[in-house]
Amino acid sequence: MIADESLRIGVYVCHCGSNIAGTVDVEELTEFAKGLPGVVISRHYKYMCSDPGQELVKRDIAEHRLTRVVVAACSPNLHEPTFRRAAESAGLNRFLVQMCNIREQVAWVTEDKADALDKSKAHLAAAVLRVARHEPLQRQFVRIVPRAMVIGGGIAGIQAALTLADAGKEVVLVEREPSIGGHMAMFDKTFPTLDCAACILTPKMTSVKLHPKIKMLTYSSVESVEGSVGNYHVKIRRKPRYIDESLCVGCMQCIDACVFTKARFPNAFDQGLGLRKPVYLPFPQAVPPVPVVDPAACLQVSRGKCKQTCVDACGERNAFCFDDEERIEEYDVGAIIVATGFKAFDPSAIEYYGYGKYANVYTSLEVERLLNAGGPTGGKLVLRDGSTPKRVGIIHCVGSRDANYHPYCSRVCCMYALKLAHLVREKTEAEVYNCYIDIRTPGKGFEEFYNRVQNEGVQFIRGKVADITPSVGQAFQPDEHQRQARKPDLPNPSTGSGSLTMQVDDTLLGMVRNIEVDMVILAVALEPHADAGDVRRSLGISCSAEGFFLEKHPKLAPVNTANDGVMVAGACQGAKDIPDTVAQADAAAAKVLVLIDAGQIELEPNTAWVDADMCSGCKTCISACPYKAIGHDAERDIAVIDQALCKGCGTCVAACPSGAAKQHLFGDEQINEELEGLMNYA
Amino acid sequence: MPDVFKPKIAAFLCNWCSYTASDLAGTARIKYSPFARIIRVMCSGRVDPAFILKAFALGADGVLIAGCHPGDCHYIEQNYKTIRRHSMLHHFLQQMGIEADRLRLVWASAAEGQYLAESIDRFVADVQKLGSLNWSANWQENGERQEALEDIVKEHAQAIEVS
Repeated sequence: MIADESLRIGVYVCHCGSNIAGTVDVEELTEFAKGLPGVVISRHYKYMCSDPGQELVKRDIAEHRLTRVVVAACSPNLHEPTFRRAAESAGLNRFLVQMCNIREQVAWVTEDKADALDKSKAHLAAAVLRVARHEPLQRQFVRIVPRAMVIGGGIAGIQAALTLADAGKEVVLVEREPSIGGHMAMFDKTFPTLDCAACILTPKMTSVKLHPKIKMLTYSSVESVEGSVGNYHVKIRRKPRYIDESLCVGCMQCIDACVFTKARFPNAFDQGLGLRKPVYLPFPQAVPPVPVVDPAACLQVSRGKCKQTCVDACGERNAFCFDDEERIEEYDVGAIIVATGFKAFDPSAIEYYGYGKYANVYTSLEVERLLNAGGPTGGKLVLRDGSTPKRVGIIHCVGSRDANYHPYCSRVCCMYALKLAHLVREKTEAEVYNCYIDIRTPGKGFEEFYNRVQNEGVQFIRGKVADITPSVGQAFQPDEHQRQARKPDLPNPSTGSGSLTMQVDDTLLGMVRNIEVDMVILAVALEPHADAGDVRRSLGISCSAEGFFLEKHPKLAPVNTANDGVMVAGACQGAKDIPDTVAQADAAAAKVLVLIDAGQIELEPNTAWVDADMCSGCKTCISACPYKAIGHDAERDIAVIDQALCKGCGTCVAACPSGAAKQHLFGDEQINEELEGLMNYA
Repeated sequence: MPDVFKPKIAAFLCNWCSYTASDLAGTARIKYSPFARIIRVMCSGRVDPAFILKAFALGADGVLIAGCHPGDCHYIEQNYKTIRRHSMLHHFLQQMGIEADRLRLVWASAAEGQYLAESIDRFVADVQKLGSLNWSANWQENGERQEALEDIVKEHAQAIEVS
């Protein structure tokens, strides 16, 4: 390439302390840059992104009349905006700056120093050649809809919605279940302070309902999301409740009056341990306090024939509407907070724990409901036969830290297992055995709580439970005992409620112990929802390897996502406890406020455009665009790209047979030059 | 080993998934082959077949394209267009005397830094097995380029001659 006389490129190589300089010979790289076409100055500096580093660039732009700048440092995803801003403040168009990634893509991933230098040279030559072809561009902005949507009405969604609404923003809160509250509403107490979960959550739930700025859509799910940051168009699917929320006063007389005099359907909120009628309120503190009709159980809905005693009980209020149908509602919002929470791991997958097989093996969530005063037993911890357990085993890490299920630590299980141990002892004075791999209590007051529970007499056994079997009086002969337990002529253990034996390898005593207990509680892992993948796809965000939503940067952008208008909060981003969830929810709300209060958002600069003189009007590009951004001007017989709709993928540019479709910053000329630099200079 | 073949490979990474995956590989200090040189494009759908041919013409021994998984494209469906272009190019390259294995398409999500690094290592190893792109060597078997071209013209003339 013959460099343009007026072209004056400055190259800045960053050491990033020893992050880059430890692997790449920055001095040699700086010397190499001096020989590249158009380069008039080449420098290296310890931290280019620091103020003095940026000042260096700014001063050179002024003193050396630079027309282009190349910064060889970290990923453009990190500091491209920094150097664009710096160039702009020195009077250079911000799009005449090119980043060259020699940290994430070279220094950190290459062992051999000579190879690292070669690769850096290739990347740098590519950047220098490409930037020569950059053209100054105008920044483009679009207005932001000053309204936010929060998906998920657990503690994360509630907190985020309230924060946004208190700041005066309109919020649409979408919850899949008939009531907001999420998992936190199921809990009895919260660790480590042992506040009653309902006491601290219910006031917030009521505030959501009463807040004039919040529109609460329960029993609803997101059908589709279109548009982009600042302007999303969301379709919400609303399930029929068969009771008009605006007319119901929450007297619950319909429930008493239902033709089913006895509750006989399992209540999902109570993990199936409690029963409900076809018309029911999931739990006493539900918000909205409006009953919901189960269409499968209700005679009127399922068979069209019933005495409708509920309607009589409702009387003048006339809230029942049996012809209620599923409907789609549409909302325009500027930003979205995803707070869809987690799913508790189903331990029936781990056969040796006997969940679903032995009556008195429970999950932690089931025990939360049993301990909860609003739960199916009114807060009494009892076995399936109604008796009080005298010995309780709690197994940690069920589904977590297990290569067969989830390799990660679910973070909250140790603490909630300690809390359950405390509550079980408090309510039943039972012997409690906590079988753990490691006790992890990092948090304010957590270790102190662990000490407290130890002092309360809970037994801690360090080891994994290998097997749970029904006890048959031979607890200390595990082999014989197991053989007998599995004999087909023995009574079916799932119907019996006899005691169980936990076989645990006590690694501190160095022996296998068989511990007889009446009840086993499995401290199950937190995992992503089964449909997290669909949510992710409809929102255009990513999931990490374990399936939780991926934040934009693990440290510096923990609530942002790959989609600029979508934030994440709570356990849908990774297992976390209530304090962390609330903190993250407020952070997400703050990020939404930043977006909305800015009033406008910058569009991607790399949009495509059509050179009218070269376009033959073949329309190939039109079919390549998924955003319907390209139209056909029949009069001139050319394609026209709407700059506001173009997202800048460049597929039409690659598809254009005549080279008429072009793209800002990623044009043929820029990419071809980049290739030249990559291949021919080092 | 001083005599190990160091191929030149151009790797086109889409901004949203694969480039982010390469950043993640960096942050996690996952070491992989330095012979893949990286070009950022906004979408794998931007990779014009002409870029790939240009890369080979400039002496690349292999070209890698990495994009979002099918169904996960940041631009909805543009990586499906990449698939079509890729399979078309595979045929085309073979006809031109370039081994099809020198062009590879992989999917790496933003979370798959490890996978992207492994994919690059695998691709580099495969290209190393193929050796340097011997396209020009093929030509030189019949002497200089001009002569080789003339040979081909002659061969064609013979082939189409109706006897």
